Amino acid sequence: MVKNPRWIVYSLIFIALLFIPRILSIHDLMLFEYGITFAIVGLGFNLLLGYTGLLSFGHGAYFATGAYTVAMIAKYLPQAYSLEILIPAALFFSMVLSIIFGFVSVRHTKIFFSILTLSLSMLLFALLFKLYHITGGSDGLRVPLPTLFGMSFKGIRRPEFLLGTYYYFLLGMFSVSFLVMKGIVNSPFGKALQAIRDNEVRAELIGIRVRRYRLYAFIISGMFVGLGGALWTFVNGHVTADLSHWVFSGEIVYMTLLGGFGIFEGPIVGAIIFTYLKLYAMGNTQYWMFVIGGTLIVLVLLLPNGIAGAFAGLWTKIKKVIEET
Amino acid sequence: MWVIYTLNGLYFAALLFLISLGLNIILGVMGILNLAHGSLYAIGAFIAAWIVITLGTKVPPFFLYVSLLSGLVGVAIVGFLMEKSLIRFMYKRTLEYQLLLTFGALMLLEDVIKMIWGGQAYYASAPFELLGKVDIWGHVYPTYFLFVMFIALIAGLCIWLFMSKTKLGIMLRAISLDREMATGLGLDITGLSTFAFVLGSGLAGLAGALVVPTTPALLGFGHEPLILGFIVVVVGGLGSLKGALVGSLLVGFTRSFGIAVFPEIELPLLFLIAGIILVVKPEGLFGR
Repeated sequence: MVKNPRWIVYSLIFIALLFIPRILSIHDLMLFEYGITFAIVGLGFNLLLGYTGLLSFGHGAYFATGAYTVAMIAKYLPQAYSLEILIPAALFFSMVLSIIFGFVSVRHTKIFFSILTLSLSMLLFALLFKLYHITGGSDGLRVPLPTLFGMSFKGIRRPEFLLGTYYYFLLGMFSVSFLVMKGIVNSPFGKALQAIRDNEVRAELIGIRVRRYRLYAFIISGMFVGLGGALWTFVNGHVTADLSHWVFSGEIVYMTLLGGFGIFEGPIVGAIIFTYLKLYAMGNTQYWMFVIGGTLIVLVLLLPNGIAGAFAGLWTKIKKVIEET
Repeated sequence: MWVIYTLNGLYFAALLFLISLGLNIILGVMGILNLAHGSLYAIGAFIAAWIVITLGTKVPPFFLYVSLLSGLVGVAIVGFLMEKSLIRFMYKRTLEYQLLLTFGALMLLEDVIKMIWGGQAYYASAPFELLGKVDIWGHVYPTYFLFVMFIALIAGLCIWLFMSKTKLGIMLRAISLDREMATGLGLDITGLSTFAFVLGSGLAGLAGALVVPTTPALLGFGHEPLILGFIVVVVGGLGSLKGALVGSLLVGFTRSFGIAVFPEIELPLLFLIAGIILVVKPEGLFGR
């Protein structure tokens, strides 16, 4: 493991991340925390898109599940409102939902899969939106600060909590997610998914149970996204039904493509850049959708491998030139 | 009251039919799911509202109805430009790029609408009010809704005749059945794809123009029709024109009776029905 220079870079980045709260301003750090939660989402989403070759346009549903698990427990079970209960609960409920939705969806591939996942996420949206006396409808629900292993943050204001303890908690969750996902994609299971992506018929003939593996990938992916959603909730402090809307799912696809779904680290880069891009566009112009949409079109037309992909391509070219000389 | 609910169901179905027909033609011929279809519908609504308001009382009422066609023509032009500048690069790309490009186009068009027409509501109710109301078995019903159903019927018949009888329509169906074979036969795929996209866009624009006399055109006007159009396409079967008709009727009636009987879960119910149909018949009712 240590022989691979990649792991040295990872460790260096991790150490740098530990010191980030001292460098960034409060506003930028908040944005960075949004970015980290979306990075977890991107990691999970890319297991399905980049490694299994299935494009879901409804992953907002699992994000919303994670987020609403937190918000509902805050509202109906306040005595259980503690991070060590909330995170497993969010993982559990997003698992349940992705088993149900995944079971229906993985019977299809390509565009059918995309439309189906989109419709199913809109079913959840419609429920969250219409059952407003339970879910808060379009007003959504407010989320208070959680406790952690009996530590209470009662006297602490939200920004202080987010900039202190919570940043390190988030970083820990991100590192664990990163390592787990790295393990998954390099495991025989992960290789089998890639075989399915590259050639479904061949994978079937080797003896891989294609549909079942797709379902497993779907569930794991949904759980990562649910975890991201739950962690995001504390940063945002507020959840609305829009999280399950397909436009939000589209943004998840967007950030994955922005970073590049052909590369393991791509979605992480994409998530962080997208967060800054969106908030700066929103802060500086009334027509931020024009900026975001235009960027997406340029990206699709000119930079199909995403930012990380472009850098990786550049790096191989440079290596080639160095080797030749 | 059931007469009214049935008529309302037919009215919803008529609008949905126009929207999903356009989605389905584009999907069938080009293999692209156009996420910006709802925005095209909204543009149709804004153009028509703007023209009807501008003409106002200056012209005889008949021209107001003709001017609703401006939605169709205007959006067909937008569709033409969109196909020529963006969509044509997507035919050989994979699914994720195709979808994301139309997603980008959706965001772009939403803000273009905001730039041109601003944030205020456009209310062009003149065509609706001029027609008055009729009495159907003792129930008062707006004539305009019947007019919309009539137009949708005519449009559906025209498309059906066009697709089954004319050479151009048969060529379009050939492409949607087997693109490779159609290329091999020497059909002008590029030109026909442009045509299909313009036709599909025009139908969305027409639907938007027909709606605007009954509800004011607002920002985000196309969001719900797009989703309902998706449900119709999923339920009816991807790329099937018959499916679009049956799917529209199913969704239209579910909506109309759902609103009447259990207003709260009308939308979830719709998705639930779509989900059940997909579990039982995964390719949709008339899918291939």
